[in-house]
Amino acid sequence: MRAQYLKNVVTLAVDNQACRGCGQCIEVCPHRVLRLEDKRIAIGDRDACMECGACQRNCAFGAISVRAGVGCAAALLASGGDPDHCACA
Amino acid sequence: MSLRKPLPGTRAQTSPLLEACWSPVDRIGPVQPGTRTSSACDGVASRCAPAPAKTEGPVALPDWVRGELRTAAGSVPRVATRLGLRDRLGSWKARWGIGRMDFKVPPGLYGTGNPGPESPVLVTANYKMSFDCVRRALDGLNAWILVLETNGVNVWCAAGKGTFGTRELVSRIAAVKLPVVVSHRSLVVPQLGAPGIAAHDVRQQSGFTVRWGPVRAEDISAYLAAGRASEAMRIVNFTLMDRLVLTPMELTSLKDPTIKLAALLFLPQLLGWLTLKPADLWPFLGACLSGAVLAPVLLPWIPGRAFALKGWLLGLAWSLAVILVRGLELKAGSLFTASAYVLILPAMTSYLTLNFTGASTYTSLSGVIRETKAWVSPLKFSLAAGLSLWALGRFL
Repeated sequence: MRAQYLKNVVTLAVDNQACRGCGQCIEVCPHRVLRLEDKRIAIGDRDACMECGACQRNCAFGAISVRAGVGCAAALLASGGDPDHCACA
Repeated sequence: MSLRKPLPGTRAQTSPLLEACWSPVDRIGPVQPGTRTSSACDGVASRCAPAPAKTEGPVALPDWVRGELRTAAGSVPRVATRLGLRDRLGSWKARWGIGRMDFKVPPGLYGTGNPGPESPVLVTANYKMSFDCVRRALDGLNAWILVLETNGVNVWCAAGKGTFGTRELVSRIAAVKLPVVVSHRSLVVPQLGAPGIAAHDVRQQSGFTVRWGPVRAEDISAYLAAGRASEAMRIVNFTLMDRLVLTPMELTSLKDPTIKLAALLFLPQLLGWLTLKPADLWPFLGACLSGAVLAPVLLPWIPGRAFALKGWLLGLAWSLAVILVRGLELKAGSLFTASAYVLILPAMTSYLTLNFTGASTYTSLSGVIRETKAWVSPLKFSLAAGLSLWALGRFL
């Protein structure tokens, strides 16, 4: 059984015009969120995205944007709400 | 075990690099296995840490080194592909948070079996548990392992922080002279390294093509045999066992708050202002265990999506169980205590479960921000109100 996280929170967005259909993003996504539609990238199961940022980092054409970060409440609370700071060493 | 014996035929191998690495060690004498080498080793560590020293007498080598491999770029340690007792004990300790941030191997190049210029290169982090998973997966295979400096953090977390990143990979390739060691120009990088490593930038900057390896090290040999990853190898799971192995760390996180609380209550208890009995404590202990162990284990089966909600529901069930067991009748006096339990225990469990988001494999930053904002203030309020009621109930 797979647990599902919150609905409609994810910041993932794709730019169809910039996409060249290389499929790198599809390969690196650990939750299989993305797929090809007419040789362009499309978002499938958006709520399954964990915003790890792998797709964005590996898009050579800047076609994907996401606020990448670690979904860790301990880090968030320890840093006073600053998502860029991680509490682990 | 060749733990402290110099390897045969290694003494003449000393290169200037190697001496630079080992000079501090030579001065201070033998080091214990697991002892960190000096910062002089940074960048050329493949020949540093497990490399033989030129001094006479016993030399400390990590017990997972099985000799050395001659390459066009010098000698490279060959590593064992079966884990020993010391490796397993190290992993167990790290799971319990003991010396966890110092459980690492020196970054650099290593080999398994008898690798040659054609052998595949697998990239990993210098968290020893990550390194151990990779070398165990290479049992019976000839391969190179390129270990990046991630300060003892695993691949996925380090990729998220950027330490397992393009820059470190490109500079490590140069530092170990990888283009001299291997004739091909491809690297197998774990898929979970992708948040930190941009394949197109690596190719541009180093000439090496990144091939995305499987999520789990255990799939490495199947991946290498097939030459590609199956769909199943690409997906991150969060199985019962995955969650279970994380619970010791959750328990460990309770240690500091518990000590602080005990210190806070100690004097009032000693002076007789408080009359806490062991029987007063088990409901709270149960709430802690519910949040640190039960919630992670039962995660997919607890209703709700938000971790805080899941934890709160579990805590509510626990508080009702406590009320039943203690036989608190709903009348004045015990009503205070019963209400206090309902306000305190689910809040504790909820908070602990919320903290498990960072250990999970599927929570997004946006989701965690949302549920933290929505839950933390009400939980604090509930806790404060509950403690007030509980104190009141004890005086009535």
